[in-house]
Amino acid sequence: MNVQQKIQKEDSMIMQKEMIAGHFENLARAGENGKKVVYTFVPGNLNELILAFDMLPVHPEVNALQSGMRKMSGDYIQEAEKFGHSEDVCAYVKCDIGMMKKGNIGPTGLPLPKPDLLLLSYTGCFTFLKWFEILKKEYDCPIVLLQVPYQAEGKITREMRDYVTRQLEEVVVPALEKVSGKKFDPDRLKEMLALSAQAEDLLVEVWNSAKNKPSPIDAYFGGVFYIGPIFTAFRGLPECVDYYKALKAEVNYRIKNKLGPVTPEGELNDQKYRIVVEGPPSWPNFRDFWKILTDEGVVMVASTYTKVGGLFEDGFRHDPDRPLESLGEYCMGCYTNHSLPARVDILEKYIKDFSADGFMIHSIKSCNSFSAGQLLIMSELEKRTGKAGVFIESDLVDPRYFSAANIKNRLESYFQMIETKRAGA
Amino acid sequence: MKVETIIKRCEDLYDDLDFNYVKDWKEKNKARAIGFMPVYAPRELIHAAGMLPVGIMGGGDNLEIIRGDAYFQSYICRIPRSTIELGVSGRLDFLDGMLFPAICDVIRNLSGMWQMMFKGKYVKYLDVPQNFGVEGREFYLTELAGMAKAFERVSGNRITPEALNHSIGLYNKNRQLITELYDLRSRMPHQVKTAELFLLMRASNILEVSEHTKMLRDYIAAISDSERPVRDHVRVIVTGTFCEQPPLTLVKALENSGCFIVDDDWVLGNRYQLEPIAIGDNPIEALADAYLDKTVATASRYVPGRDKGDYLVKQVREREAEGVIFAAPSFCDPALLDRPMIQDVLARENIPYTAFKYAENTGQIQVIKEQTGTFADSIKLWGSQ
Repeated sequence: MNVQQKIQKEDSMIMQKEMIAGHFENLARAGENGKKVVYTFVPGNLNELILAFDMLPVHPEVNALQSGMRKMSGDYIQEAEKFGHSEDVCAYVKCDIGMMKKGNIGPTGLPLPKPDLLLLSYTGCFTFLKWFEILKKEYDCPIVLLQVPYQAEGKITREMRDYVTRQLEEVVVPALEKVSGKKFDPDRLKEMLALSAQAEDLLVEVWNSAKNKPSPIDAYFGGVFYIGPIFTAFRGLPECVDYYKALKAEVNYRIKNKLGPVTPEGELNDQKYRIVVEGPPSWPNFRDFWKILTDEGVVMVASTYTKVGGLFEDGFRHDPDRPLESLGEYCMGCYTNHSLPARVDILEKYIKDFSADGFMIHSIKSCNSFSAGQLLIMSELEKRTGKAGVFIESDLVDPRYFSAANIKNRLESYFQMIETKRAGA
Repeated sequence: MKVETIIKRCEDLYDDLDFNYVKDWKEKNKARAIGFMPVYAPRELIHAAGMLPVGIMGGGDNLEIIRGDAYFQSYICRIPRSTIELGVSGRLDFLDGMLFPAICDVIRNLSGMWQMMFKGKYVKYLDVPQNFGVEGREFYLTELAGMAKAFERVSGNRITPEALNHSIGLYNKNRQLITELYDLRSRMPHQVKTAELFLLMRASNILEVSEHTKMLRDYIAAISDSERPVRDHVRVIVTGTFCEQPPLTLVKALENSGCFIVDDDWVLGNRYQLEPIAIGDNPIEALADAYLDKTVATASRYVPGRDKGDYLVKQVREREAEGVIFAAPSFCDPALLDRPMIQDVLARENIPYTAFKYAENTGQIQVIKEQTGTFADSIKLWGSQ
């Protein structure tokens, strides 16, 4: 039997997949449709602003992760290394460069358009600066930088907010006007921000549903599908709200019927362990990784990776009454823009609020923004919550750094330890 | 004073991982000390509060890492683990605060670790502007003003415009002498050994600025009076060493492999301002303007235009260098991501280059020496065109 036929998918997952595929088709036809294209990063992106100018966003990290899931990233990375990129650096960057060097065919097999603007929103990741410096050499188009201050002291100050808002007003909006040839329409932006807030409300309800037992969602492996529309090209559009309504309805159905999430192996109703996850997944081995955990009866009840585009549970919503200010706050609020102590607080809250049995740190070679300091996060969390953590290592899209056997062994030992603790309790 | 005497003093400071000079200075002056990491730390502001700025650049190759490795994965560079080792072993207890200028995500996160591990100490992540326009200027002014207030609190001293101007003047003088020393080495690289220059630069991390200025003056005078043999070396520039430092043994090996290093980017915190900082009515604004307009390029500073790498070509031309050595710390995202871009520019300009990675405790000196020696030989044989 074809392995693909075994995989069970929910309607929302199919809907999400169609939305993403439709976006890549729109990108492939951008030239013939006269659409201008903006390359920009996912964390703290300015999707509503880009859409308000009728431009289309391309997210290099999404291309890289999609290439990873389609097992194409290994070749792309090696292609970039042939051009002198070190094996030590971020594999997302190398995957993107390799894809570009091989003709810039997107993950769905359709060509990606060249950018009309590189919108470097420098949020939560230093490598973004270098990434677009590299792209800038390849494309003859303008580049605009939005520097987003880091929440080093655990809060957004008035000066930080003013800095981002002023850059939006005086640098970003004029650049978008120039490239798009359109005048900024604040009313259009406000309409989109209102739709964003609706989608954000729904997403928070979906995340909170994991407090149920059994959890109706997997907030990590399933969660990456849930964030697809809101963190990429759809936030601010009616179809984004529709998607989250459909997702919420499915989740409600599962809560009512005490069903677990749908995994590629089927419904996970027998949930032995509730785990909180820190760190991104390994995309080329996404399904293997999920299966290792599903086989153990593990459900992920909360994750930090699914907050790289924003933590809406803390109350933040895009606000049509404060359009640029709230866009600025959104940029500053994404998970990797939080200080290390704040990240520990977030994880501690997840472990407690979601009644977790423990936590897993998936440490990624490529991503220093996530990874540097995670061992301290682990010991601090163990101290504060009394819950044990497990630390595993691989990479975002470089398949050379994923060892299924090592990860499986470590996880099995970890869950045995939890069992032993339970038996002794 | 003899060259050997000055360099011996530098070596003693370099080797002293207990920072006894700083402890003595604090005791003698009844004052405090603030540590700072590479690169863009406004030392003038610390100094103006009557405190000693202390450059912390990891533990080098003399520090045994006992607990530091437990905090970092194998794929993270060495400088944060040896800095943590210095901290957890109590060697940095004398510091009353730490400044982490934005340079990469590892150092950024290290600032958060410091907040968690060394409670009660002043910790500041300095988010230097990457937007060099009026928006970035305004933001940086608020960062500087915030730091000034914090330094006043830590030190108990007010930072008056007069005090800040005075400190700026002292650091301007120090930078002027560093420039003289670098120019002298470029003119007479056989006279100014790079290993000595490296040690003199490292001493600037520790010594109070006036004392370091005197040391530089003494060295320049002493070296001008001495006569060292001219060697048949090639002139190269070393780049990529702006954060984690190469060990002294590696610096010596580069020189002994047949290279005259005529410029470099190590210990850059003491000379990142390319021109003197203005002295005037608003010295905080002068600090901000100097940073925005007259600061050395590194991989950690965004290049808004399309002139990426041009600074290095200019440096090669001005120093009459025949080649470039890219020396990047292992796992250093900024330096290693920059490298292919800069190499393209050098290739376009027909400037020979070679590249290797190191760590502050690197032991593979012989391999690197052979590589740079071969590089030097190839330039001698075929020239730099």
